[in-house]
Amino acid sequence: MIYSEKVLDHFQNPRNVGEIPDADGVGTVGNAKCGDIMQMFIKVGDGEVIEDVKFKTFGCGAAIATSSMATELIKGKRIEEALALTNEAVVEALEGLPPVKIHCSVLAEEAVKAAVEDYRKKQAQQNG
Amino acid sequence: MQRVYLDNAATTQVLPEVVEAMLPYYTTCYGNPSGFHSFSREAHKGLDAARRTVASCLNAADPSEITFTGGGSEGDNMILRGAAKANRKKGKHIITTAIEHHAILHTLAAMEAEGVAEVTYLPVDAYGRVTPEQVKAAIRPDTVLVSVMFANNEVGTIEPIAEIGAVCREAGVLFHTDAVQAVGHVPVDVQAMHIDLLTLTAHKFHGPKGAGAIYVRKGVRLPALIQGGAQENKRRAGTENIPGIVGLARALEIQTERLAKNAEKMTALREKLIRGIFERIPDVTLNGHRTERLPNNVNFCLRYIESESVLLWLDLNGIAASSGSACTSGSLDPSHVLLAMGISHEAANGSLRLTLSELTTEAEIDYVLETLPPIVQRLRDMSPIYPKGA
Repeated sequence: MIYSEKVLDHFQNPRNVGEIPDADGVGTVGNAKCGDIMQMFIKVGDGEVIEDVKFKTFGCGAAIATSSMATELIKGKRIEEALALTNEAVVEALEGLPPVKIHCSVLAEEAVKAAVEDYRKKQAQQNG
Repeated sequence: MQRVYLDNAATTQVLPEVVEAMLPYYTTCYGNPSGFHSFSREAHKGLDAARRTVASCLNAADPSEITFTGGGSEGDNMILRGAAKANRKKGKHIITTAIEHHAILHTLAAMEAEGVAEVTYLPVDAYGRVTPEQVKAAIRPDTVLVSVMFANNEVGTIEPIAEIGAVCREAGVLFHTDAVQAVGHVPVDVQAMHIDLLTLTAHKFHGPKGAGAIYVRKGVRLPALIQGGAQENKRRAGTENIPGIVGLARALEIQTERLAKNAEKMTALREKLIRGIFERIPDVTLNGHRTERLPNNVNFCLRYIESESVLLWLDLNGIAASSGSACTSGSLDPSHVLLAMGISHEAANGSLRLTLSELTTEAEIDYVLETLPPIVQRLRDMSPIYPKGA
């Protein structure tokens, strides 16, 4: 298994690791059986801007690196922009992933979407 | 950076004295042993001597019972397919275990798909052991072969081979053992253990890659898998890999000589590593049998984290380890061995195998014990399934 420098950097120095206790949205995807679990926390401010984002991941090097990169790509962006994040964009930002690890980037995209979905649900409950 | 090699179940360093024994067969005695001239005779002499050495190390009755192959997978394929073919009048039932190497399991699956075998996969206990009673109960009138590995490549558990051999001999069923992880590491005596067929490969005991051997007890019929010339008593066509075969024999000779001493040394280091990990890292479980275990094998499940990220961190610190079999690392599924032992998918995803050799030093074990705990803690701290405050 050969990872790019960028993947190894994000694996060794993951950005935005942790939890947000009063998160506006939390998304959890994957399961321990398949070997990857990603949890993403978002804090949404004025103008639906993602002010803060944190993650926790159980998984391989690629799972940790893709989670880390996904948080970097959506931090400071508007919710709409975060929803537009694709797994390809994560792979590209990491300067590529081995073919058997592409599913990790899909999981990262899904984790972002799950966190936004949770945020939307909470918004609807508050407004309803 | 310090480099520590703890993946000796995958492959080992070829010892300098083994390379030295091999070199003349590349540069001086390079003749084809099937020829008629002095170059051929020199090569043939090396081949014969190697065969006698291997036979003696396994306590085979006769050197002709040793056939050289290209390695462990070839040996396993040859024995499974050959034994099934030679005995098809009797039936096509084969008994094996759920924890065999893929060279056995994938070959048997292919044979089942082709309709030339019907296979019973014996389950194992929590330590990875099968019992002679299980084998006895599974034998049928149409059983042509029992194949049980000598020692497991992932968790190091040693199977009760002599007892299973006795059961098979009594029932008149051929008994094969894939002894790839055992030969050169623990005593193997084909006669005392009632073994009819055995597979070994040189690179697991400080010999070269691409050189293996099978033991076929005299009187057991085993047709060739690779056809062509009359080499290896017509059992394995193709010009013999003389340097490899000479290296195999030299490596086995050395390891047989040093077996007791090496086992003692490696067991002490193994125990230090096991104890050290238990003392320094919470929520870990040792996989495999506590005592019926290869002297060089340590295998743990590190809860709440995934193997590959541990291996990456260890590699960044110069430590070469693995999560299980090198042959399954291309796959994303957790180890079939751990699952067969009743370990959960989640725990099996966090397995770590450290395998020692005679070259492993105490300082290297200390380095691992110092390096591993902070890696595990770091990964646990970012794991969503790690219980808070644990």
